[in-house]
Amino acid sequence: MNWLTPQVVAAIVAMLQAVVILLAAVLLGAVMTVVERRLLGLWQDRYGPNRVGPFGTLQLVADMIKIFFKEDWIPPFADRTLFVLAPGIAMASLLLSFMIIPITPTWGVSDMNVGLLFFFAMAGINVYAVLFGGWASGNKYALIGAMRASAQTLSYEVFMGLALMGVVATTGSFNMRDIVDAQQGMWFIIPQFFGFCTFVIAGIAVTHRHPFDQPEAEQELADGYHVEYSSMKFGMFFIGEYVGMVLISALLVTLFFGGWHGPWLPPFVWFALKTGIFLVLFILLRASLPRPRYDRVMSFGWKICLPLTLINLLVTGAVILLAGPA
Amino acid sequence: MSVATPRSDSSTTGASADPVVEALKQHFGDQAIREQDTLTGLPVLWVAREALTDVIGFLRNMPQPFEMLFDLSALDERLRGQRHGLPDADFTVFYHLLSVSRNRDVMLKVALAEGDLALPSIVSLYPNANWYEREVWDMFGIDFRGHPHLARILMPPTWHGHPLRKDYPARATEFDPYTLTVEGQDKEQQALQFDPEAWGMRRGNDDTEFMFLNLGPNHPSAHGAFRIVLQLDGEEIVDCVPDIGYHHRGAEKMAERQSWHSFIPYTDRIDYTGGVMNNLPYILAAEKLAGIQVTSRAETIRVMMAELFRINSHLLFLGTYLQDLGAMTPVFFTFTDRQKAYEVIEAITGFRMHPAWYRIGGVAHDLPNGWDRLMQGFLDWMPKRLREYERVMMENAIVIERTRHIAAFNTKEALAWGVTGPNLRATGCDFDLRKQRPYSGYENFDFEIPLGANGDAFDRGQLRIDEMRQSLRIIQQCVDNMPAGDYKADHPLTTPPPRDKMLQHIETLITHFLQVSWGPVLKPNESLQMIEATKGINSYYLTSDGNTMSYRTRIRTPSFPHLQQIPMLMRGGFVPDLIAHLGSIDFVMADVDR
Repeated sequence: MNWLTPQVVAAIVAMLQAVVILLAAVLLGAVMTVVERRLLGLWQDRYGPNRVGPFGTLQLVADMIKIFFKEDWIPPFADRTLFVLAPGIAMASLLLSFMIIPITPTWGVSDMNVGLLFFFAMAGINVYAVLFGGWASGNKYALIGAMRASAQTLSYEVFMGLALMGVVATTGSFNMRDIVDAQQGMWFIIPQFFGFCTFVIAGIAVTHRHPFDQPEAEQELADGYHVEYSSMKFGMFFIGEYVGMVLISALLVTLFFGGWHGPWLPPFVWFALKTGIFLVLFILLRASLPRPRYDRVMSFGWKICLPLTLINLLVTGAVILLAGPA
Repeated sequence: MSVATPRSDSSTTGASADPVVEALKQHFGDQAIREQDTLTGLPVLWVAREALTDVIGFLRNMPQPFEMLFDLSALDERLRGQRHGLPDADFTVFYHLLSVSRNRDVMLKVALAEGDLALPSIVSLYPNANWYEREVWDMFGIDFRGHPHLARILMPPTWHGHPLRKDYPARATEFDPYTLTVEGQDKEQQALQFDPEAWGMRRGNDDTEFMFLNLGPNHPSAHGAFRIVLQLDGEEIVDCVPDIGYHHRGAEKMAERQSWHSFIPYTDRIDYTGGVMNNLPYILAAEKLAGIQVTSRAETIRVMMAELFRINSHLLFLGTYLQDLGAMTPVFFTFTDRQKAYEVIEAITGFRMHPAWYRIGGVAHDLPNGWDRLMQGFLDWMPKRLREYERVMMENAIVIERTRHIAAFNTKEALAWGVTGPNLRATGCDFDLRKQRPYSGYENFDFEIPLGANGDAFDRGQLRIDEMRQSLRIIQQCVDNMPAGDYKADHPLTTPPPRDKMLQHIETLITHFLQVSWGPVLKPNESLQMIEATKGINSYYLTSDGNTMSYRTRIRTPSFPHLQQIPMLMRGGFVPDLIAHLGSIDFVMADVDR
């Protein structure tokens, strides 16, 4: 057993952790599909899926069986390679981003110095999923959806990065663990309130959740970029959206709400609780808001959010300079 | 007139005293204008084909003009037996013009011979004549010279024959069994492909290639089988072409094969969200032909149920309108309210969506015991819900931003396009038939007509919430003051005759038997009734040839012209604006295609 050096053990533990986190993220994304339907039902004076298993808990299993066995159809007019590639990108880019999330002091996949930048990179790649999907489908609705998605994501990613620069400047690091540790005294939600506001908005926009679901806008584009997708390819887009939701919630907790920090309860419970609150918030937004017009979403991003993040960054910079050693 | 017209007709007088007829006779000479005595309650004037454009132009441009082409359709006269004193005609085309400023109508009729079925088009005078003339071409094969695009509108482009002609069979059993080969299917699909050049559209300009987006006939926001082809530059709508007819069931043709009585259930399905509201114009027109004066209890019951269905329809509108704006929750709340309404409707009529509950001469049965308690429960429930919808949705910044100044039009444009109902009143025009031309006892109620100011998608939404409040007020008055008495008129043509009498008198039993087996026979004449339906003015123009069934039933529905107006409003708008406008029109395709 001499090969079982501490390094090997650490590597195996790290790998197991990574696998567990990966599975947990996918599973949570999948479970969220059912949770969302139940919560919407609750708020809309109806039941939602409550027939499969106790309180509808096994609905997910039924859905998975159904979606796996549906005909996996690729339209003859589609560009096959891109058509197949797109849902893979959608799922993978967001899942990979979970790498940087520190869940507890001891749990987390990777402790990168460029943590946040890695997330921005992955969010950037995620646009290609929608773009490829919409383009390769050979469908006009999908094309308009893809066009909307790329325009929206480009504009919102600009200030999504800037919104977090206040946090990064205060901490002095892109490393997620450093950011969490910097919040032991005070959560960043207080000094970085405007950064938080704009990041929430940008986060919703990047995950294409209502009211920023312009690329799929059911009432206008009849599901937009994934209108031609079926079976598990659609499933990957679908779960990908929820994985994105979980990811943004986890990021919000990590960046603005002190990550795992909190009194009495174990770190993991704190992290899960805080993330859960944001997940519910995502669903509540969908239940309560109408959808703004696409061009207004764009102008809102450029004319209100972008200046707000810039001012936030300027003020943060000024405070750091004034408070810091000269 | 030998038969007393219902008192509800006080506002539109017969032909002889009408100043418009006098003015026409003065201008064109006595010979040019030939009056027909009918029970329609409006002057019916026969004019020669050569004079038609001039007469319509005169009416369109006179002081206090006839601003609206209310209806335009035709009649195949070839099998009509009772045409005493009418000009010789194989086909008759009629133009029903309406003046809001005079609150008067006039109907012009033109006789056509079978060998020469052509008329000048009046699209230049009334833009909404476009679809009506296409419909007449489609259904009767009458040509309109100078029409910009005289193509089929309700039937598929590949169709043969003109269905409303009397020599066109009405029943499936009169046709060969339907078959569709692969080639036939390809041909049909080919025919549905949109050809921009046929509509005078360009595929691109110097630096842009336009996208032609086929929205519908299956689309989440098309509110039924409605297709609209968009010419897009990016997301901006350069032009669009609505395509209707996917919901056409030939209701007008069916009316010629159903007894006066057994056609009632078909009317329920014209505006399928309007329930018994649809029965009302048909029943009232049939009662004019029969000369029945119904009891005030029957009138009040009719008003009460019609207003309940107005609320029901407006609730459906509100839910789907907000859903089209992207708010997913309100529709579930309005459906909860609609369920409450349906509980009352079910208890009273025994049915939910399509009760077919009005009868010639009254209603199907009396109100059940305890109906007032049920209705009061609904009346108590609604106001706070309406307030909640206003607070949560109509005051929401996103809703306002999506609908304010979107697809706005003014009163003049509305009248020119034949827009009626809440969509007309949203422009600030105070024209509601319940006030202007009360029918079925509306003059006895105390209520207001809500008006909008901007004629935009927001006003059309808000106005309907206000209308629901007024409808609740009317229903409350019905509950408080329901007259006693019979629910059916004591008249030989009441169908079916009151049952308690039938069991006593042999004469009534015979009448009952005949009317239920053959149906009542109505005297030859013509009658017309307009009502303020849920979506606008709905009218039935009945022609009786002294038979057990109608010779011609013309159903004028409000949604038809409302859809025709879409291209004029949407040019330069964005796709989401179109969706907001479609939501705000409040149409159902059954009400368009009939």
